[in-house]
Amino acid sequence: MADVAAQHGAAGVYEPSLFGTYSKKIGMWLFLLSDSLTFGALLFAYTYGRVSTPDWPTPFHSESIRNATLMTAFLLTSSLTMVLGVRAAVDGKAKAQRMWLLATMACGIGFIILHGREWSNLIAAGLTLPLFPTPPGQASAEFATVSKNVPQFAATFFGLTGMHMLHVTIGVVYLGVVALRRWFIPVLLGFWLVAWLATPEYSPFHYAAHFLLLAAVVISIILWLKPKLYDASDVEVAGLYWHFVDLVWMFIFPLVYLMSTRIV
Amino acid sequence: MDAVQVAIEERVFEQHRHHSKGQFFWVWGALLVMTGMEVYLAYQNLEPIRMLGILMGLSIIKAALIIAYFMHMKFEITPMRWMTMASLVFCLAMMMVFLPDAFRILHLGVNLVAK
Repeated sequence: MADVAAQHGAAGVYEPSLFGTYSKKIGMWLFLLSDSLTFGALLFAYTYGRVSTPDWPTPFHSESIRNATLMTAFLLTSSLTMVLGVRAAVDGKAKAQRMWLLATMACGIGFIILHGREWSNLIAAGLTLPLFPTPPGQASAEFATVSKNVPQFAATFFGLTGMHMLHVTIGVVYLGVVALRRWFIPVLLGFWLVAWLATPEYSPFHYAAHFLLLAAVVISIILWLKPKLYDASDVEVAGLYWHFVDLVWMFIFPLVYLMSTRIV
Repeated sequence: MDAVQVAIEERVFEQHRHHSKGQFFWVWGALLVMTGMEVYLAYQNLEPIRMLGILMGLSIIKAALIIAYFMHMKFEITPMRWMTMASLVFCLAMMMVFLPDAFRILHLGVNLVAK
C-alpha cells in the first residue's frame, strides 16, 4: 500500500506507523518474540528437569565455569561492538561500521570456539546423546552413567545450548553478509573447511560443520537474486538479532552452568 | 524502498544520534559486574530454590538493560514498547504455570521413599 502511495506521490496522506518505526525493524521484533518463546520453552524444560530430579548432575567444575564466564564476556563485548557498529552506520561511517561488525563477528567466533571446546570436553567425559558418535574411551569416562541414569540432563543441556550455538552461528553469518556481502562467501567456505578438517570424525562438530556449507549456498542464492548495499537500517535490524542472542545467553549461563556448578 | 519507510528510518536514526556512546560503555560495565556477582553466588552453596530466585532476578535486570539500551527499546514509542514487552512477558509467564508440577513430582518421590 505504501509503495503504491509513494509512486503516486501521495505518501503524505497516510498515517505514520503505529509503532513509530520502519517495517523491517517491526518484522525482526516479531521474529524475535516468536523465537523467545522457543528459547523460553527450552529453558523451562531444563528448569523443570532441574527442580523435579533429586539426583540432577553437577558436571560443571571450575574449569567449565571459567570457560562459560569467558564465553559470557565475549558475548557481552560483542553486544557493545554491535551497538557501536549501529551507531557508526547511522553516522554514515562505512569503514568504522565494517570494523565494528567484524569485531562483533570475532567475539561471536570466540564464543563458538569456547563452546565447542566445552561440548567436546563433556562428550569426552561421557556426557552424550544417542545420536552423537562415540569417542574412544567414553564408556569408562566420568559422566558415562549420567547419560544413562539422568538422560533428561544431556537432552535438555545439548538441546538448549545447541540451539543457542546455532543462533550464534547464524548471527555470525548474518553479520558477515551485512559487513562483507559477496566477499563473505569464500570466507565462509574457508570456515567450513577448517571446521570440517580440524575436528575428529567422532566429534558432532565434524558433521555440524556442513551447516556452514549449506549457509554459503543459501547466501549465494540470496545475493544472486537480490544483490544490494546494506544500509544503516539493515545494520540495526541485524544488531537486534545479535543482541537477542546475547540476551538469551544471560538466562542460559546462570540456569544451566551456575545452577549445576560442582562445588568441591 | 518507498518514501514513507525512508522518512521513518531517518527519524529513527536521528534518535540514535542523540544518545551518547558513553551510556553503552556503562551498560556493558554493569552487565559484566552482574555476571561476576552471579559467578560469586554460584560458589556460595545456597539452597537451589533461593539460588534460582537470585540468579533469575539478576538475569532479568541484565535482560532489561540489553533490551532497553542495546536494543533501543527505551527510546521507542509507547505502543511499540507495550506491544513487544507485554506479549512476551505474558507468554513466558504462562509457561511458568506448569512449574509447580515439578515440585509435586519431587515431593511425590520423597513420600514414596518414606512409605
